[in-house]
Amino acid sequence: MNKTVNQKAWFFVIPVFVLVAFNAIIPLMTVVNYAFQETFGNNVFMWEGTRWFKQIMLSERFHASLGRQFLFTFIILFIQIPLGIAIALTMPKEGIGVPVCLVLMSMPLLIPWNVVGAMWNIFALPDIGFLGHSLNALGFDYNFTQQIGDAWFTTILMDVWHWTSLVVLLSYAGLRSIQPAYYQAAEIDGASRWAIFTKIELPKMKKVLTIAILLRFMDSFMIYTEPFVLTGGGPGNATAFLSIDLVKMALGQFDLGPAAAMSLIYFFIVLLVCWVFYTLMMRNEEKS
Amino acid sequence: MKKAKWVVPTIYIIFLMLPIYWLLNMSFKTTTEIINTYTLWPQEFTLDNYKKIFTDSTWYTGYLNSIYYVVMNTVISVAAALPAAYAFSRYKFLGDKHLFFWLLTNRMAPPAVFALPFFQFYSSVNLFDTHVAVALSHCLFNIPLAVWILEGFMSSVPKELDETAYVDGYSFWRFFFKIFIPTITAGIGITMFFCFMFSWVELLLAKTLTAVAAKPIAATMTRTASTSGYELGLLAAAGSLTIIPGAIVIYFVRNYIAKGFALGRV
Repeated sequence: MNKTVNQKAWFFVIPVFVLVAFNAIIPLMTVVNYAFQETFGNNVFMWEGTRWFKQIMLSERFHASLGRQFLFTFIILFIQIPLGIAIALTMPKEGIGVPVCLVLMSMPLLIPWNVVGAMWNIFALPDIGFLGHSLNALGFDYNFTQQIGDAWFTTILMDVWHWTSLVVLLSYAGLRSIQPAYYQAAEIDGASRWAIFTKIELPKMKKVLTIAILLRFMDSFMIYTEPFVLTGGGPGNATAFLSIDLVKMALGQFDLGPAAAMSLIYFFIVLLVCWVFYTLMMRNEEKS
Repeated sequence: MKKAKWVVPTIYIIFLMLPIYWLLNMSFKTTTEIINTYTLWPQEFTLDNYKKIFTDSTWYTGYLNSIYYVVMNTVISVAAALPAAYAFSRYKFLGDKHLFFWLLTNRMAPPAVFALPFFQFYSSVNLFDTHVAVALSHCLFNIPLAVWILEGFMSSVPKELDETAYVDGYSFWRFFFKIFIPTITAGIGITMFFCFMFSWVELLLAKTLTAVAAKPIAATMTRTASTSGYELGLLAAAGSLTIIPGAIVIYFVRNYIAKGFALGRV
C-alpha cells in the first residue's frame, strides 16, 4: 500500500510509545546502571566500568548455561519444525475435523506455564506419574530428578508437547492459503507427493515458517517457568538455562552487577538473532 | 491413503491429551491414593480438592486476581494499539520503521532480564502488589504484539475506504469508530485472544510484582507446593481449573485462529 507522509501520525503512536517506554526504557536503564557499577545498597554506587562484563564473558558458569541454552533451542527447533509441518500436512482440510483439531491442538498453548511444568512433573514422576511409571515398567531406568539424560529428555518432551501446536497452526494457515489451482496443475503434470511438497507447499509456507522459527527461537531462548517448575534447573545445574541461571544470580544470590551484565549480554544475543530474522522476513515481504 | 491420514493428527492429539488427562485424574483422587498406589483412574472418586479451592479464599481470589489483570491488560493493549496500528498501516512518518522494530524488540526481551528492575521500579512508584502493575507490565510484550497483528489486518483494508468516508463528510474519529473498527472486528478479536493468552500464561513478572493483594492463581499454586508439603491433589485441581478460561476463549475464536495465523502476524 502506498502510504502518505504524515508526521501527525506520531500522535496516534504516542500512547503505545509512552506505555512501552514506561515499561522498557526505565527498567532497562536500571539494568544498565547495575551493569557498570558496584552497589552496597542505600543508593551508594561505585563505578566499575566493564568489570562485570569481563567477569561474565570469562565465567565458565555463563559459558555452560549459554551452551545448554543453544543446545536446547536447537534440539527443540529441530524436532518441532519438521513435526509441526508433518502434522499440518496430515490435518483434515474440511468438515468437523478442522475445529476439533484446532481446539484440541491449541489447548497446550493456553495453559499457564507453571501449570505446564507442574503437570509434566506429576506426569513424569517415576513412581506415580504415567510417563515415569510406564517407562520404568518397560525396563528403562528412568528418573528425571536424578539423571541428567532423563531430565533433558523430559524437558524437551515437555517443550515439544507445549509448543509444537504453534508450528502446526502456523503451517496449517500457510497451507490453507495455497490456491487449489496449484495442486490441479501438479496433478496434471503427474508430480509426485514429494515434488508437490518441495516445489509448491514449502515455498508457499516460507513466510509463516520464518515466523514460526523466529517465535520458537525467541520463546525457547527465554524459557524459564516450565523447566524451573519441572526440574528446578537440576539435577545439579544440568537444565539451568540462561533465564534460570540469571534469576538465580539476581534474586537468589543478589549479585546485581554480574546479573545485570549478563542480562545485557543475553538480551543482545536475542536481539541480534531476531534482527537477522526480521530483516530477512521484511525483505521477503517486500519481494512478494 | 485417505484413512491413513488420520493417524498422525490422532496420535498427536492423544499425546497432547495424556498429561492433561493425568492432571485431571490426580485432581479427583484423595491424597492417600495418590501417594500409596498407582492407578490409571481414581478408585475413590472425590471432589474434595475442588471444594477446597472454591471455599478457601486464598485459592479462589487467585483466580479472580488473574482474570482481573488479564482483562485489564487486554483492554489497555488493544485500546492503545488501535490508533498506533492505524498510523503504521496508513502513514509514513519520521522514524516509523525504527519505532516498529523497537516495539518488536520488547516482545523479544526475556522477562527474566526485567524481573528485578520491574520489582524495584513498580515499588518506587507505589504500584507494587496491585493489579494495575501486572496489567501494565504485561503491556511490555502485549502491546507490540497487538500493534503487529492489528497492523496486518488494517493493511489489508483498502485505503479507498478511508477516502470515500472523508468525501462523504465523515470526520476522522467518526470514520474510525463507525466504519473502520467494525470492518476489522475479526482482527480485533484475534488480537484480544493473543493478548489474553500471553497475559494469562505469563507468570514470572506477575509473580515478581505481587505479594498478597494481587497474587495470581499460578503463584498461589507454586507457593502452596513449596510451603505446605506436597498436596498433589489440590495442586492438580488448581491446575485443571486454570485450563478452563483458555479452553473457553479458544472455543469462541476457533474460526478466527487459522485466519489470524494466515496473516503471519503472531
